[in-house]
Amino acid sequence: MNDHDHSHAPIANGDEPVAAGRVRALEELLVEKGVIAREEVRERIDWLVSRSPADGARLVARAWVDPAFMGRLLADARAAALQLGLDPGPSPVVVAVENTEVVHHMVVCTLCSCYPKALLGPPPDWYKSLPYRSRAVSDPRGVLSEFGLELEDDVELRVLDSTADMRYLVIPRRPAGSEAMSEEELATLVTRDSMIGVARPAASAPVAS
Amino acid sequence: MHDRGGWPTETPIDRSEHELADWELLTDALVGALGRRGLMNVDELRRGIESMPPDKYEAASYYERWLFSVETVLAEKSVLAAGELDARLGE
Amino acid sequence: MRYLPGQRVQVTARLHEGHHRTPRYVKGKAGSVERVHAPFTNPETRAYGGDGLPKQPLYLVSFAQGDVWPDYRGHKRDRVYVDVFEHWLEEAE
Repeated sequence: MNDHDHSHAPIANGDEPVAAGRVRALEELLVEKGVIAREEVRERIDWLVSRSPADGARLVARAWVDPAFMGRLLADARAAALQLGLDPGPSPVVVAVENTEVVHHMVVCTLCSCYPKALLGPPPDWYKSLPYRSRAVSDPRGVLSEFGLELEDDVELRVLDSTADMRYLVIPRRPAGSEAMSEEELATLVTRDSMIGVARPAASAPVAS
Repeated sequence: MHDRGGWPTETPIDRSEHELADWELLTDALVGALGRRGLMNVDELRRGIESMPPDKYEAASYYERWLFSVETVLAEKSVLAAGELDARLGE
Repeated sequence: MRYLPGQRVQVTARLHEGHHRTPRYVKGKAGSVERVHAPFTNPETRAYGGDGLPKQPLYLVSFAQGDVWPDYRGHKRDRVYVDVFEHWLEEAE
């Protein structure tokens, strides 16, 4: 590590790409010019790190125990999230789609990486990767196999490509044998990957997403 | 280049994940702040990313693409002067 | 809104040099309108500093995977769903 005067050159860290130093210098420049305020950037970072799949899981768990809420979630997921005191994010439309015995949904953004990050946290690297973006639409069953998910023979697979500013969230099927579980316990079964549509929720014991 | 649906690929999907680095969070936050200030919208962000030369697009990581786009769009709007950031880095 | 849920539509097979959000793999393909979304700002102009107005009608359109991919290896009933702006749609032949 170098020992500079910090007012100009960002400290070089051997493990970081060139872009790291570049974006730090860019922030400094823009703050100095009054284009943005450092506080605005801090707030946005705080918001980003506060996002996790727990919010999406709460929506799903509530929908599982309350059919009226399921109806509201399906009609307008953004409004349903607000009802639960959750932040649905800046996208004006969030659409929740329900997996059933005969329909399974999977979400991708082939053109970039659109993702409901307010409700699920930042997308995993694989979601943003070129192979997922290519194959999720043309070989979705192959992709699901790679993820360890084999669908039953009579299940229709629907892939949703988020090409506009709608954000899509999958409501996975409630696991069998979960009838006695509380809403909080159910929420721990709902994994991030099950809300993208590449996995089923956990069957019994809670898992970290 | 960005329109990837159905592109033939033999590359397996790498399921390893990484926590966002500080600089990546910063890049995301910068775009958000510029958005709120009306200086850069999400369509411009995407268009800027799509304007990357194909070999650079493929080689760049996700937030490296974002940074490229921010620099491109801000230069177009003269928020950044040509070469201004490079000059800052060279100091 | 020109199209209704259930209606068969076809995506215009048009080359568009600038930013647009209609993926190549559905251009020229016929599908069904699933939902009519609220109108939305047009990314094609907003991407170049415009305000994206007037808002354009936007639809969720589904396609049979077998119609989209000649070598599709899944099931006959599998579908792919894409949000498409009205100015990219025509009535299906």
